[in-house]
Amino acid sequence: MYEKDGEKYFVVDGHVHFWDASPENWIEGQEQYAKGWIECFYGYHQLGPEEYYWPMEKYQKYSEETMMKDLFEDGYVDRAIFLPTYLRSWYKNGFNTIEQDAVLAEKYPDKFILNGRFDPRDGDEGLRQFEQDHEKYGFKGIKLYTAEWHNGSKGWSLKDPEATRYLEKCEELGVTNIHVHKGPTIWPLNKDAFDVKDVDDAATSFPNLNFIVEHVGLPRIEDFCFMATQEPNVYAGLSVVLGALMHSRPRFFARVMGELLFWVGEDKMIWASDYAIWHPRWQVEMFVDWDYPEGHEFDDFPRLSTEGKKKILGLNAARLYAIEVPPELRLPEAATDAQSVEPTVS
Amino acid sequence: MTSRTEILDALSGVRDPELDEPITNLDFVSELEVEDGAACVRLRLPTYFCAPNFAYLMVADAKAAILSVPGIERASVALDDHYASAEINVGVNDEHGFDGAFPDETESPDLEELRTVFRRKSFVARQEHLCRELLAADHTASDLAGMTLDEVPASAAFETYLERRAELGLDVSDGAPLVVDPDGKRVPEEAVVQHLRFARTVRVSIEGNAELCRGLLATRYGIPEREETTA
Repeated sequence: MYEKDGEKYFVVDGHVHFWDASPENWIEGQEQYAKGWIECFYGYHQLGPEEYYWPMEKYQKYSEETMMKDLFEDGYVDRAIFLPTYLRSWYKNGFNTIEQDAVLAEKYPDKFILNGRFDPRDGDEGLRQFEQDHEKYGFKGIKLYTAEWHNGSKGWSLKDPEATRYLEKCEELGVTNIHVHKGPTIWPLNKDAFDVKDVDDAATSFPNLNFIVEHVGLPRIEDFCFMATQEPNVYAGLSVVLGALMHSRPRFFARVMGELLFWVGEDKMIWASDYAIWHPRWQVEMFVDWDYPEGHEFDDFPRLSTEGKKKILGLNAARLYAIEVPPELRLPEAATDAQSVEPTVS
Repeated sequence: MTSRTEILDALSGVRDPELDEPITNLDFVSELEVEDGAACVRLRLPTYFCAPNFAYLMVADAKAAILSVPGIERASVALDDHYASAEINVGVNDEHGFDGAFPDETESPDLEELRTVFRRKSFVARQEHLCRELLAADHTASDLAGMTLDEVPASAAFETYLERRAELGLDVSDGAPLVVDPDGKRVPEEAVVQHLRFARTVRVSIEGNAELCRGLLATRYGIPEREETTA
């Protein structure tokens, strides 16, 4: 919870990692990729304020204590959502698997929400595995990487018939929050891997599922915006948007926020720190203080009120994940309407 | 003898296809040597994992640009610090083509399709930039809808707009309408405001992406940050 000028903000961090990119976890022969990956993340890390920089050694692998303190003691976070990132071809135990996340999620059930993953190219076996994982962990959401390589395949699409089976399974199991990574990526080489058209199709076919587009399709925000404006169940995942731009490029951050507020709207934007790429503390503080900079170029963008900031920092995600928000942290109308926030199940 | 300035000038014609900015402005050219009709250029990018397709296009375009300079007979261009440096450098310098450089990793014959996608996007962005200037100079949206190219006052924004318009094979004759879609179809008066609203988002996306890349390059190579600009 963050409090400023008498206003209280319930904070849900929509995208966090507990990764291991230490040299001990690099696969022999793949070291340059494993090293290159974490160095690439480290470049993004340095777009935040300097006083939050970590040394590389800590950045490669951080402890449970560090994470708990950064998020929940210093970072104002009430609830954090784990999104797994496998990368098993470079990291022996994976970069950030469900199992790694589950250790913390099970130890601190009132702090973390554990999300699952699947890859439709795993066919029947993958579907069974997903069901087993769900039985074990009780997912409410999943993270998908459509551009990931797999057994000679150079990526997949949410429109694929195989993917449809998996999404039907999500609907059946009540795994309603589908986070799709549409942002900076590597493969497939000659394709535009940021293309969000498949999300458009899936969102139409599955109106009961929510599609959270992580990194808002960066660097193709326009395609994402034009699509999201037509699909009521598509949300903007703001990881990277705040972290990479708010501190280092404030004027462009304002333009990007203005566009998102115009096309997508404050009810469908979800903040995330992308920890440990960036610390949540400065993001929460700076965002609560944020307004458009001086200049007429921002005149016709929608304004963002305190209420809008409360939604983006936590209340929107709380709604999608049925997280119970203490009455004093709800919006005035919501506080009187018990129906609007479902009690938490897990 | 060919000077560095001439080569840099040629390189300034090479644009990052995605960011629509010259690679020289983006600080992607890290080294340049000229000796006896041979030019050697080194390029660098914001991250180790920058999209290899765009990287390949820039290396290939840089090589072609250098070879177009009178007096230059040999050119070599090397991309540094990238996960696919070796494949790209060999592919471009031995002229294997993109597919030759990545034999099992591509799915269509070449990169022209992708290049066209981004030419169309930057066309829309350049048009928006020009129209924004015209609106600031007291033209109304309905003026713009009726305007033909010969009625547009000369400006840098107009010049870059015409350049991209010609590259897409669209009509650039005097009587052609100013506001057209990427297929060259005139945008009707009642749709101009909405057309430009969409176009602005395209421009924010391209320019925002360029800023992100500048920031990453600066942190990666310890380049002093320049003042943030906005349009």
